[in-house]
Amino acid sequence: MGNWVVNHWFSVLFLVVWLGLNVFLFVDAFLKYEKADKYYYTRKILGSTLACARASALCLNFNSTLILLPVCRNLLSFLRGTCSFCSRTLRKQLDHNLTFHKLVAYMICLHTAIHIIAHLFNFDCYSRSRQATDGSLASILSSLSHDEKKGGSWLNPIQSRNTTVEYVTFTSIAGLTGVIMTIALILMVTSATEFIRRSYFEVFWYTHHLFIFYILGLGIHGIGGIVRGQTEESMNESHPRKCAESFEMWDDRDSHCRRPKFEGHPPESWKWILAPVILYICERILRFYRSQQKVVITKVVMHPSKVLELQMNKRGFSMEVGQYIFVNCPSISLLEWHPFTLTSAPEEDFFSIHIRAAGDWTENLIRAFEQQYSPIPRIEVDGPFGTASEDVFQYEVAVLVGAGIGVTPFASILKSIWYKFQCADHNLKTKKIYFYWICRETGAFSWFNNLLTSLEQEMEELGKVGFLNYRLFLTGWDSNIVGHAALNFDKATDIVTGLKQKTSFGRPMWDNEFSTIATSHPKSVVGVFLCGPRTLAKSLRKCCHRYSSLDPRKVQFYFNKENF
Amino acid sequence: MGQIEWAMWANEQALASGLILITGGIVATAGRFTQWYFGAYSIVAGVFVCLLEYPRGKRKKGSTMERWNYYVRAVLHLLLSVPAGFLLATILGTACLAIASGIYLLAAVRGEQWTPIEPKPRERPQIGGTIKQPPSNPPPRPPAEARKKPSEEEAAVAAGGPPGGPQVNPIPVTDEVV
Repeated sequence: MGNWVVNHWFSVLFLVVWLGLNVFLFVDAFLKYEKADKYYYTRKILGSTLACARASALCLNFNSTLILLPVCRNLLSFLRGTCSFCSRTLRKQLDHNLTFHKLVAYMICLHTAIHIIAHLFNFDCYSRSRQATDGSLASILSSLSHDEKKGGSWLNPIQSRNTTVEYVTFTSIAGLTGVIMTIALILMVTSATEFIRRSYFEVFWYTHHLFIFYILGLGIHGIGGIVRGQTEESMNESHPRKCAESFEMWDDRDSHCRRPKFEGHPPESWKWILAPVILYICERILRFYRSQQKVVITKVVMHPSKVLELQMNKRGFSMEVGQYIFVNCPSISLLEWHPFTLTSAPEEDFFSIHIRAAGDWTENLIRAFEQQYSPIPRIEVDGPFGTASEDVFQYEVAVLVGAGIGVTPFASILKSIWYKFQCADHNLKTKKIYFYWICRETGAFSWFNNLLTSLEQEMEELGKVGFLNYRLFLTGWDSNIVGHAALNFDKATDIVTGLKQKTSFGRPMWDNEFSTIATSHPKSVVGVFLCGPRTLAKSLRKCCHRYSSLDPRKVQFYFNKENF
Repeated sequence: MGQIEWAMWANEQALASGLILITGGIVATAGRFTQWYFGAYSIVAGVFVCLLEYPRGKRKKGSTMERWNYYVRAVLHLLLSVPAGFLLATILGTACLAIASGIYLLAAVRGEQWTPIEPKPRERPQIGGTIKQPPSNPPPRPPAEARKKPSEEEAAVAAGGPPGGPQVNPIPVTDEVV
């Protein structure tokens, strides 16, 4: 428990502040509309649901402001870069931007529900009081007409006895935009469920652009001024506390009280969403501008198990270790952008990505590059964007775990280490790296065979064999492979990979690994980096908690997970 | 967009619409709005839609049902959504269910098929399945060629010969130690 708090205190604080602001805004607006004299007469018709609707509206404004910010990738990268002096915990928060986006979306859905239900009651109350013929205060207030000549100071938006609430909903700006916004919101949410997103990304991506209707609708939702309060002038003249009881006598010439006059609330949503919308527009323009710059493909390599390596060049492109880029191929799909981790090191004069066939787009891309006689398709690149792997060199001891294609960010790191050693860079904080690569089939190893072989040689030459400790695990083994391995047990190199380090079969036993590392480095801060499936993340996280000592001076494990 | 299965999205959308219908219906009935009986209908329709849509299909693999299943769903949802359209509280449910109906129609037209998620057949560990029989042809063995032909002939001719019985040497072996 103690370790969980140490790792997550900033997230918890952030969420508490956000929830607290939501609650504060809700209660504040609720009390304002429930107690203020300005809305005394409005409350006479509507009751507490007026305050409910307005409170949820304020929370909706607040959350709509927040929803666009976590998805401005370039802004977040910029913050991450400028905050290099900030603590590790603060920068880790930026990794969780999508989680925050989803939380804010859920809050928007909740408040939308409250807002709609409250307004349904409001409309019903308005309708009833318009129909009422009992001469009550409510019915007299409702009879204040829309006629401009008499001051235009109406209260009830339902003007005549025959008007239905449905008619008002679809003919008023507030009602119509409300319906459009809600339908857009529902479509966005249903197409964004985990299942749809992972299986049919395009449906999610295109439907999510309905947010444009949501934002536009939000901006003009309040223009009609349907929420009415008494005017200042009217309150000075005939204050509701004094005049409400004597409502039958408002029309008498000698009464002190006149008919109250009402005015609408000016729209305020646009003030909330203006800044984020401008930021987001800038973000999209920046993405477009970066994507238009020419990308030159210098080398194309087809690896076994359907993995394509592309080495490219782009003017002004500079990257850090473990960053990712978004790639678009107009000849395959005009609007789709897919993320890929960079597998090259910053020291190289090109940048590369490894693409595995995992769906429509990737399969089409690989097929397009396989054609030997047609010209190479054009590629557009946006990025690079930073994620957790940049932090690897901040830790004294780093544990890198990659499952299958998840090894790509670590390939970049290992290559970078190789170059740093070549240049004898002694500023490296990192003293030891443990690298675990878990793979299902042997063909997958060939991608980085060269890299690992040269690293092995490099370590031997420099006499620093202890720096990089790597282990490869083959999980999709059968008795044939094991048989071969057993037969070749005495050989110096591994029969699967040709490396000096022998391949292990099956999955790593994390408890053993972690306890070994903890005993070898009793006073260090160890960073654990994973790029792989969620189940593995769970077991690693558990081990991190279990083997971190409670004493902050002794060994501490920090867990970082990549996710796309 | 080659492999989009619209039915998956239609499923999610219809499920959401069902919940919205139930909520709108409860609000209308509890608040005794005018024509609130449409609200009562909406609750029932919403529950029915949810029960129908909750068994989520999985991606196209395994057993299939006929395509007209999707046409039926499209028409059914459209019909269910109409009465709820008369009341403001439930009109949102109508719109969402109508959209789900449209997506199902699209799925039906494109020829998709519905596959329920089947519980993975649990592989009962076969009792003694991992016990491998010891080799039934122990050394010394005659060369492969001699082994092959006689076994085929044996199977055809000596139909009564027990397979796992005592080893019958096809080539007579003489004990040279006299």
